[in-house]
Amino acid sequence: MALSYLRSSSSSSANLKLLSSAVSIRRPISTDTTPITVETSVPFTAHQCEAPSRSVETSSSELLNFFRNMALMRRMEIAADSLYKAKLIRGFCHLYDGQEAVASGMEAAITKKDCIITAYRDHCIFMGRGGTLLEVFAELMGRRAGCSKGKGGSMHCYKKDSNFYGGHGIVGAQVPLGCGLAFAQKYSKDETVTFALYGDGAANQGQLFEALNISALWDLPAILVCENNHYGMGTAEWRASKSPAYYKRGDYAPGLKVDGMDVLAVKQACKFAKEHALKNGPIILEMDTYRYHGHSMSDPGSTYRTRDEISGVRQERDPIERVRKLILSHDLATEKELKDIEKEMRKEVDDAIAQAKESPMPEPSELFTNVYAKGLGVESFGADRKEVRATLP
Amino acid sequence: MFRVKYVFLQFVCLLQEKKEREREMALRNIMGKRVGIGLMGSRALSTATCDVESGSAKSINLYSAINQALHVALETDPRAFVFGEDVSFGGVFRCTTGLADRFGKARVFNTPLCEQGIVGFGIGLAAMGNRAIAEIQFADYIYPAFDQIVNEAAKFRYRSGNQFNCGGLTIRAPYGAVGHGGHYHSQSPEAFFCHVPGIKVVIPRSPRQAKGLLLSCIRDPNPVVFFEPKWLYRLAVEEVPEHDYMLPLSEAEVIRQGSDITLVGWGAQLSIMEQACIEAEKDGISCELIDLKTLIPWDKETVEASVRKTGRVLISHEAPVTGGFGAEISASIVECCFLRLEAPVARVCGLDTPFPLVFEPFYMPTKNKILDAIKATVNY
Repeated sequence: MALSYLRSSSSSSANLKLLSSAVSIRRPISTDTTPITVETSVPFTAHQCEAPSRSVETSSSELLNFFRNMALMRRMEIAADSLYKAKLIRGFCHLYDGQEAVASGMEAAITKKDCIITAYRDHCIFMGRGGTLLEVFAELMGRRAGCSKGKGGSMHCYKKDSNFYGGHGIVGAQVPLGCGLAFAQKYSKDETVTFALYGDGAANQGQLFEALNISALWDLPAILVCENNHYGMGTAEWRASKSPAYYKRGDYAPGLKVDGMDVLAVKQACKFAKEHALKNGPIILEMDTYRYHGHSMSDPGSTYRTRDEISGVRQERDPIERVRKLILSHDLATEKELKDIEKEMRKEVDDAIAQAKESPMPEPSELFTNVYAKGLGVESFGADRKEVRATLP
Repeated sequence: MFRVKYVFLQFVCLLQEKKEREREMALRNIMGKRVGIGLMGSRALSTATCDVESGSAKSINLYSAINQALHVALETDPRAFVFGEDVSFGGVFRCTTGLADRFGKARVFNTPLCEQGIVGFGIGLAAMGNRAIAEIQFADYIYPAFDQIVNEAAKFRYRSGNQFNCGGLTIRAPYGAVGHGGHYHSQSPEAFFCHVPGIKVVIPRSPRQAKGLLLSCIRDPNPVVFFEPKWLYRLAVEEVPEHDYMLPLSEAEVIRQGSDITLVGWGAQLSIMEQACIEAEKDGISCELIDLKTLIPWDKETVEASVRKTGRVLISHEAPVTGGFGAEISASIVECCFLRLEAPVARVCGLDTPFPLVFEPFYMPTKNKILDAIKATVNY
């Protein structure tokens, strides 16, 4: 990892390849930050605002980081799938594969001081916020090493130090919370924003519009991001919503429709949205994305859509493939190197799973902790801990 | 002896039929239209001592029984509607399979993801004299609709001076623990609704009960919240008559006779309690088990009579113990039977924590906890 060099002409690169294969040192990710300009796949569609430019500035290190992060997220979700089938993960497990570009692109545009709040499909967003694989897998398996100490499960990953407010089970309930976070941010004048993510199913919840109205009324830096994967569980968007143009649903609030499978478009849109929200109040981003798995692990995902559709999206719009093609076409890494990165990610995931499996279950006494604030709530007594007594300082 | 019993049974059946006829007249007056052919047919008695019906019965599980009930309801009343999230293809628990194909998309339809909207819409539909059967996908999601149920549905008849009512509304929701549900797929919110005069809360314990009770709820001229124990959807299998029958609401059933202690419960918890009763039997404790069936308005008389017989009572439910419906039963029993009680009223319920994820086995009121409490109460 200490080696670093610049990609140069093909002759020297051949030598370097020989050198690297002879010495069998793994080549590190390029740290080249010279800007590369890439056009997004489709232009943005705007509602009540000026769409940002289609040309996105990026660099080879950023692209390789995208590739690395998204490959890790993809591997993590696939591994969670197998763990669920092996009954190590129980309960509910909602997988994010296919939508990785939204999580990665958003992170590239913001800082850890900006808040993100999302619904239950939260493993990858948690990873994007700086979570570790061990925390995710342990939480999924309900172990002590999990991010919520094993008490939350798949749907409730939180990370306080990077302002990730979770992980919510009830559909749509996180959006008013997000607007509250935005108010606090505006009040403390720290030039940060909140991204409140929700799905196309949740877009029909009344509380969303209540929250949007409040945010618009008080000019809160809230960015409502609709991750439109076109299916609310098993219901296609056109069957549930009169207007599937979710970016327009804000009416008085501006909106932007983004190709959610293009990580650079997501990054551009989030950057634009952050600037906009800090000046003008709430904005809605609709990420046109897709999930390969079903709604959750108990949904095969093929009863309401054809396998052709899923494989079609996988072939034409897969976010990781798009970044791979970009990297290869700009000659930033070779195919073998990218495959090596994927193998490395696979190994990381396997290691994390092994570590997570060793983590013990939480103590039974944890059942009663954190119901109220410590020392100011209730304590339970008795053989079956049924006696509760209020305790106050 | 047999002749006397036979005459007595005939008398009981006649009384039952009279009650049914009175109820039908009441329904006619309030609903203002022909109620349904089913009422004129035979019906099953809760104690099953009088086998009035002689139709065929098939062994089916809970979701099939509910499905049958819905088929009957839609068949007998052309103004009945079933709606909710994903009901069109059959629902996530298959309770509504075949309805959309049979009765059309105008009567069986999906709604978007908006519980408040679903229930509010159902109230309006019912106010126009229709039978609105709304499904809330999980009882844990019923809270956005809580305002509509408590403030709109429950008080509609009262505040309009009986000009309007939404009696045709029935809200069905799967409730209760399922082994791996976690915080938001396992809750038992019945206690919140038991605090609201104006609605009825009904919880069946088995497929046979579910079909009869659901049909009664649908045809009852009051808004009803019908909680279905989701653990039993596939697990509970019973002989269910294929014809249209109704079981009376607000009538508790003594499902096991005993003399030492009365156990009161509802829904899936009853099977756990029954196991505890059988174990207690081995120690010579004779337990009487009562299925409350309707939580409000609940059958105080049956429970009171049983407590007067045994002198001890234990209530068990999955919901947290503080403020659970067991508290209401306990207070009422103490009020009426204080001098008869030999021991304090025991409650074996869920703990006062949010419904946990991995700790579910510790949280639940298990057979051993109930058995322990039975012994403690009997030996008080």
